[in-house]
Amino acid sequence: MRFSFSNEQEEFRSSVRRALEARSPTTEVRKQMATEAGFDREGWKKLNQELGLTAIHIPEAYDGAGFGFGELGIVLEEMGRNLLCAPFFSTAVLATTAILNAGTDEQKKALLPKIAAGEITATLAFSEDSGLNDAASVAMTATPSGAGWKLDGAKSFVLDGQTADLIVVLARKPGSKGEDGLSFFTVDAKAAGLGRTPLKTMDETRKMARLTFKGVDAKLLGAEGGAAAPFAKTMQQIIVCLANEMVGGAERLREDALEYVKMRMQFGRSIASFQTTKNKAADMLVDVEMAKSAAYYAAAALDENDDDLPAVASLAKATAAEAYLQTAIHAVQMHGGIGFTWDNDTHLWFKRAKSSEILFGDANHHRELMMKNWKH
Amino acid sequence: MTEQTSEHTEDSVRADVRAWLKDNWDPALGLVEWRLKLCDSGWGAPHWPKEWYGRGLPVKFNTVVDEEFARIGAVGVAKAGIRTLAAATILAHGTDFHKQKFLKRILTGEDTWCQLFSEPGSGSDMAGAVTRADKQGNKWIINGQKVWTTSAHKAQWGLLLARANWDVAKHKGLAYFILDMKQPGVQVHPLKQMNYHASFNQVFFTDAVVEPEMMVCDVGDGWTVATTTLMHERRGADGLRTWAQATNRQGRIYDEERAEIATTMAPYTWYPQRAGRVDLVMKRAEETGKINDPVIRQEIAKLLCMSKSSEWTARRARAAQNLGRPQGPEGSLGKLASSHVARQAARVHTYLTGSDALLSGKDSPMDGVIAEILVSVPATSIAGGTDEIQRNIISERVLKMPKEPSVDTNKPFKDVPRNIVSS
Ligand SMILES: Cc1cc2nc3c(=O)[nH]c(=O)nc-3n(C[C@H](O)[C@H](O)[C@H](O)COP(=O)(O)OP(=O)(O)OC[C@H]3O[C@@H](n4cnc5c(N)ncnc54)[C@H](O)[C@@H]3O)c2cc1C
Repeated sequence: MRFSFSNEQEEFRSSVRRALEARSPTTEVRKQMATEAGFDREGWKKLNQELGLTAIHIPEAYDGAGFGFGELGIVLEEMGRNLLCAPFFSTAVLATTAILNAGTDEQKKALLPKIAAGEITATLAFSEDSGLNDAASVAMTATPSGAGWKLDGAKSFVLDGQTADLIVVLARKPGSKGEDGLSFFTVDAKAAGLGRTPLKTMDETRKMARLTFKGVDAKLLGAEGGAAAPFAKTMQQIIVCLANEMVGGAERLREDALEYVKMRMQFGRSIASFQTTKNKAADMLVDVEMAKSAAYYAAAALDENDDDLPAVASLAKATAAEAYLQTAIHAVQMHGGIGFTWDNDTHLWFKRAKSSEILFGDANHHRELMMKNWKH
Repeated sequence: MTEQTSEHTEDSVRADVRAWLKDNWDPALGLVEWRLKLCDSGWGAPHWPKEWYGRGLPVKFNTVVDEEFARIGAVGVAKAGIRTLAAATILAHGTDFHKQKFLKRILTGEDTWCQLFSEPGSGSDMAGAVTRADKQGNKWIINGQKVWTTSAHKAQWGLLLARANWDVAKHKGLAYFILDMKQPGVQVHPLKQMNYHASFNQVFFTDAVVEPEMMVCDVGDGWTVATTTLMHERRGADGLRTWAQATNRQGRIYDEERAEIATTMAPYTWYPQRAGRVDLVMKRAEETGKINDPVIRQEIAKLLCMSKSSEWTARRARAAQNLGRPQGPEGSLGKLASSHVARQAARVHTYLTGSDALLSGKDSPMDGVIAEILVSVPATSIAGGTDEIQRNIISERVLKMPKEPSVDTNKPFKDVPRNIVSS
């Protein structure tokens, strides 16, 4: 297993960090999060094409850069750190991994180059109104219609669902149950019968929508009835990616809180000189570094197709969830009253920590999955 | 057991208040009109001194009186908000002039108050205030800035801590004033919070004027007086202070009370959420079916252990106080316990709510209440003194552990290092 990043990877990280710091200061984050779309289409297209972000882990055969989850993780960690408002997670992680895991070679050739080139944005719709993240909870139906299919039902909590150009949808054969009868489909966002309602999210930097489908035309992605296995694999990859994004955010919170306490004086001395502050800062470092190790390990495990994967993926998500949330709680506390105000940036990451804790299953859920999949 | 007042028993007090209410309660009266009767009779604040709108009864009888009021739906005096802290402070340290001028209007609810203590540069270190009070002629001229001032935008009067002497040590140079908020030298700007509310404010003073009779104590005693105010504030955190709740009864007085509560409580609508809304937990657990999830059951049980034991700790403290016994350690723990409860409650609500916790406002459960819990709870461990400060108080004052060596109390305040805060 790989336990360190190569020099090239470190350089790549620095260049992504520099670009994001320049393009996405919190003034920009605040501006974008107040819009319905949640990002600036032209600005994102430019940044994406300059750095080739959505191409990172798409194989060269589909016009991508051919890197792995290690590199994708670096991009995500930097984005979590910067709170970049862009449909990157939805496009590059959710839709792209689903297409890679489920699609035929022909379908990948048709879809992935457009994603790699940043011409379209995309997302994956699997959760429904129950908000559950497992295949069995899918109720949306797909019925054959001429050469294609028609979808009926509703999806919710769809990341960037209100803006994505292409939507990958998980649906089932009418009457099927559990993991049987599930297939992936692709839907054009402009298709007739598709309704998109933006949801009000607690974390305004992460936009979601509820999508309704009434006889919406769809194309089958991959094998009919065979989506359970690629969906399971996609979920593992998604949560590892999210864990990497989360540790980036946690580290930023930790650093900002540390900088603040070093500067702030009370009782004629720096509040960083109080032992309770030092203990918190040290605990935060331990939490964040542990969570980073788990997230990095899981990304490397994905690249090496490691046997321990399902368990390790859940381990990384559960660890990141606890670490990010605890870091956020400490960070607000260390700022005192100012940390509770709107104008201070801490709450932006606090809310991201909270939304990441819940997204794709909370820590309890993943600890249970981890135990189910534990091998030794 | 030492009984301070021999002539009163629970039964006699109950009979007295019942008889008085029978003769006087009239829902057709105006709110202020009725409360003036309460002031005259002393039944609005029975534990206050007889000469100041009370009946001089031991505080333990308040529950009996409250029960009798509640039994027939009689409205009480105004109890919500900073005005209760103002009353406690004035009763303890005010002059007769202050008592005359303010106490009645506090009880009738005609005046709203705010607490002007924290500053950008002095929060935990409240005695480090740098708002200046300079004497010109016989008046005091105030310059500087306060922050986090809850209700300042509504208040007629402010409890102001300001520095009048820079050449003595920090705690020695403070004065305590009652400030008229409605004057040209006072400017109030709301401050938006991470939970979208704006219940606190920045307050700027530019040559604001305080008349000499509005000084509560001599320069030098300001900190002692402030401590009284803070003690009452922190005690309120144990959840026993009355939370104004409108009834849906019909009648003029109830309409007026509803209007008053709507106004006074407006800055506080999110306060129950910041405490974690433990009251909603079982209902939500049933509704979501998570009541059957063994992991979540454990978390709910942990929360209930914490919230029940903290409630009973507060009751123990109150019971001892009612018996006139000296305050034991249980009286200092409520504030810190409430932070633990709030955090665990936020955790439980997150688990109960699942993916719906990603949403807020009308798209989220209970019209946004659950989301508001999640983004309001962080205030509990900061407002009214942070958890860290509470721990310092418990360890140093209750447990008598050695104090940290002080670097700022042994020299003139003007020589103490501090952040330069620009406004
Ligand atoms: C919702 C809300 C309502 C409020 N309402 C009012 C109001 O009406 N009137 C008013 O005057 N104030 C009010 N406050 C202000 C509140 O009292 C202060 O925010 C609080 O006392 C902390 O001060 P600070 O914000 O300056 O933080 P700081 O004092 O700068 O504290 C920053 C961090 O350092 C820690 N720290 C500081 N000193 C020590 C120490 N000696 N040992 C260990 N750790 C330490 C703190 O615990 C905290 O974690 C309100 C605050 C909130 C959040």
